[in-house]
Amino acid sequence: MARAGRRRRDRVAVYLALVMLAIAAFFSLATTTFFTLRNFLNLVESYSVTGIFTMGLLVVLVAGGIDISFLATASVAQYLAVVVSRSLGLDDSFILGVLPALAAGAFIGLVNGALIHYLAVVSIIVTISTQSVMFGGLMYSSGGRSIYNLPGWMYQFSGTLFSVTVGGQRHPIGAAPLVMAVAAVLTFALLAHTTTGRQLYAMGGNPEAARRLGIRLGALHLFAYGYLGLMAAIGGITQALRVEEVVPNALVGREFDVLAAAILGGASFAGGRGGVAGAILGVFLIGLLKNGLNLFGVSSYFSDVIIGPVIVIALCATHLGKRKETDVGFA
Amino acid sequence: MRTDRIAMPSGGVGGVRAAEAGSAEPARARNRTAERAGARTLRDGASAPTRGPIVVLRNISKRFGGNYALKGVDLELEKGEVHCLCGANGCGKSTLAKIISGTYRPDRGAVIVIGGREHPYLTPRESRDCGVQVIYQDLALFPNLSVYENIAFECNLGSLRPYRESRLRALAREALDAMKFDLDPDEPVENLTIARRQQVAICRALAADAKLVIMDEPTASLPRVEVNNLLAAVRYLKLRGITVVFVNHRLDEVLEVSDRVTVMVDGVKIGTFPASGMDKERLTGLIAGRRIDAGKRTKAAAAGETALEVRGLTRAGQFHDVSFALREGEVLGICGLLGSGRTELALSLFGMTRPDSGEMRIRGRAVRFRNQRDAIKAGVGYLSEDRLALGLIQPQSVKDNMVLTVMDRLKTFAGLISPAKRDRTVAEWVERLDIKAANVDDAVSVLSGGNQQKVALAKWILTDPKILILDSPTAGVDVGAKDGVHRLIRRLAERKIAVAVISDEVSEVYRNCDRILHFRRGTIAGEYSPDRVSERELAGMIENG
Repeated sequence: MARAGRRRRDRVAVYLALVMLAIAAFFSLATTTFFTLRNFLNLVESYSVTGIFTMGLLVVLVAGGIDISFLATASVAQYLAVVVSRSLGLDDSFILGVLPALAAGAFIGLVNGALIHYLAVVSIIVTISTQSVMFGGLMYSSGGRSIYNLPGWMYQFSGTLFSVTVGGQRHPIGAAPLVMAVAAVLTFALLAHTTTGRQLYAMGGNPEAARRLGIRLGALHLFAYGYLGLMAAIGGITQALRVEEVVPNALVGREFDVLAAAILGGASFAGGRGGVAGAILGVFLIGLLKNGLNLFGVSSYFSDVIIGPVIVIALCATHLGKRKETDVGFA
Repeated sequence: MRTDRIAMPSGGVGGVRAAEAGSAEPARARNRTAERAGARTLRDGASAPTRGPIVVLRNISKRFGGNYALKGVDLELEKGEVHCLCGANGCGKSTLAKIISGTYRPDRGAVIVIGGREHPYLTPRESRDCGVQVIYQDLALFPNLSVYENIAFECNLGSLRPYRESRLRALAREALDAMKFDLDPDEPVENLTIARRQQVAICRALAADAKLVIMDEPTASLPRVEVNNLLAAVRYLKLRGITVVFVNHRLDEVLEVSDRVTVMVDGVKIGTFPASGMDKERLTGLIAGRRIDAGKRTKAAAAGETALEVRGLTRAGQFHDVSFALREGEVLGICGLLGSGRTELALSLFGMTRPDSGEMRIRGRAVRFRNQRDAIKAGVGYLSEDRLALGLIQPQSVKDNMVLTVMDRLKTFAGLISPAKRDRTVAEWVERLDIKAANVDDAVSVLSGGNQQKVALAKWILTDPKILILDSPTAGVDVGAKDGVHRLIRRLAERKIAVAVISDEVSEVYRNCDRILHFRRGTIAGEYSPDRVSERELAGMIENG
């Protein structure tokens, strides 16, 4: 019986995996470049940062909220990491360099959480406004200029960390996939194996019932948005390591890719749903499609046109089976 | 093995409690012990339910605004008894339950003795720590989580500790086995029927080491077959020495498992009676006896021409072959139990659903409504029974709610709404209906039930209806305000409006209607005139289904 339950819980993940296999099979047959180790590693590398953001957003979605500001947080964190390291002369210390950025990310998340809980303002409104404040502030203070000259500690971890050689070919691997793996394991442990994680699901499912049980909703809100802030900062730094530059407006505007991935993976705006496995698969389903269409020779503009409907179809198919038998309207 | 456990109230959670009786350890710690002790506790530690009160309430009064919801109520709940708190809508039974659960604070002078200590009131926390568990009508479950996690969620309290699935499973298993519920622990609760969700809620109370379980209208949303399963579950709880309080509208469903019955009328306790000597007739007599002294019938006006005539109206599975006539200036009562099809009939009369066959005539002309707009145009108004969700737009202002149905009439020549016209209309009706609102710009949700109902009525009166169907117009309206609504109904009739009042409260229709149709199993079982039957006779006929 226990096994049946686990199957049910991961149905979305299994379903997504099947869809991905089908798409992968199609592109493998249709192009010569798709089914190669190089392309696979390239795909993982490109979507790892999205994966990190998705882990943070998943926690907020499970808690029944939504956040639009996390990519602005990530951009601010990137920028702070460089500027603070420079001005304090922390050129060599990775820990000291990265710490202010992570703290800033978590702090911004906590501010979001506090505004949402204590002012009882809808989360989307709060985070739209904090996004606007942060992004505006960042563009103003940076003058919109990109930074190509990073502090020394960043170069220690940027670019290729190590490489694997398969069949005489060298394949470089950077920090991003590793960071994503750690973020995924951490988030999985949190959501599936801690009391706080279970309380987040409970609050997302029925906040009033959670309140009656004595669950502290305020603390949970702070935790969820703080966690997303932290993940956003980690994602922002990882992105800087990957591309070896800090571009203030490179990230903002791509929030919906992350949101789409989480929702595809089984999370819901209604809260209380979704898991790490599904969310990661959601990220790479979108990645797979974009990558495959690109190799297929489809313009990247047009691939967005294809991806939109695919998301809707995938969502409908996943949720068709469990559409709620309508609650009795007139008792 | 299984039967042993039923016969001896010793197994599972109950057994653990007995083994640790008197310990002040929180439930969580005890649950941990339950797991460690494992199967042993299922057989050891028998404890027969010892007698003695578990809760004593003295001199409980509660006022909301100027109205008493409770007046000087005393109540004792014995350990291991099944106690039914019974009475009509708004009699104060739910308020009393909420005082025990700590949701409401009684007025000064109240004494609550629980856990060997006297309290002037209880906080929700104190109440829970004393072993009081409430199963609300909405059940307060987590739809997205599995059955076992819902039952044992209390193990998940406390932050950033490891989630011990096996412990939760064991505790849930124990509760499910103890209650002999056949539920898949891994099924998400949202996939369950209402009756099965209720079982989950009962198991949760058991897993939380309840000593007193209060069930708020547990039978209201259950089909008859499921009621019997619920009663079986209550017997198990009783065997474990757990006190069960039913807060119930109707007595008959829970009478067979009840030990004692407390009858409430208008915030006053009529008395506590042993269940053995109680039956439906006696109960309705007790309530009605009190009532007839208290309330007079409103005077009928002379009825005019036939406004609405219904012939052979049928809608499959809801009502069949319904025929009646309603005259101008008449107040017609449609009385029947919940689920008898009375609301479904109203929805068809109002065009929200389409009848399969039969005909409706308004002032002699046959009508066929495609939707409620047609019905409104034809002069029909319908006050929904669910004022909270359907009758009013709660977050919007009194003003906007009131003119919602008559926007067209408030237009200026340019086709826009005229604020001046709107404010005049609103001010006029706030005064005429004596609506107590601090400000007409306030959200409707801040008004009391009675005043909300008046706003909802005003909304319909403004449409100038010829026929007004009022579904449970005083449900959830407190006692003092009920009279106001009743007087208003009579005044509507005086204005030559044909009024149909749908209600399951016999005394309400008896006192306020000129004619009463008894609705049963989707059809009209009889027609009565309050001049010719007594309230008690009528109540007997209707309450007995």
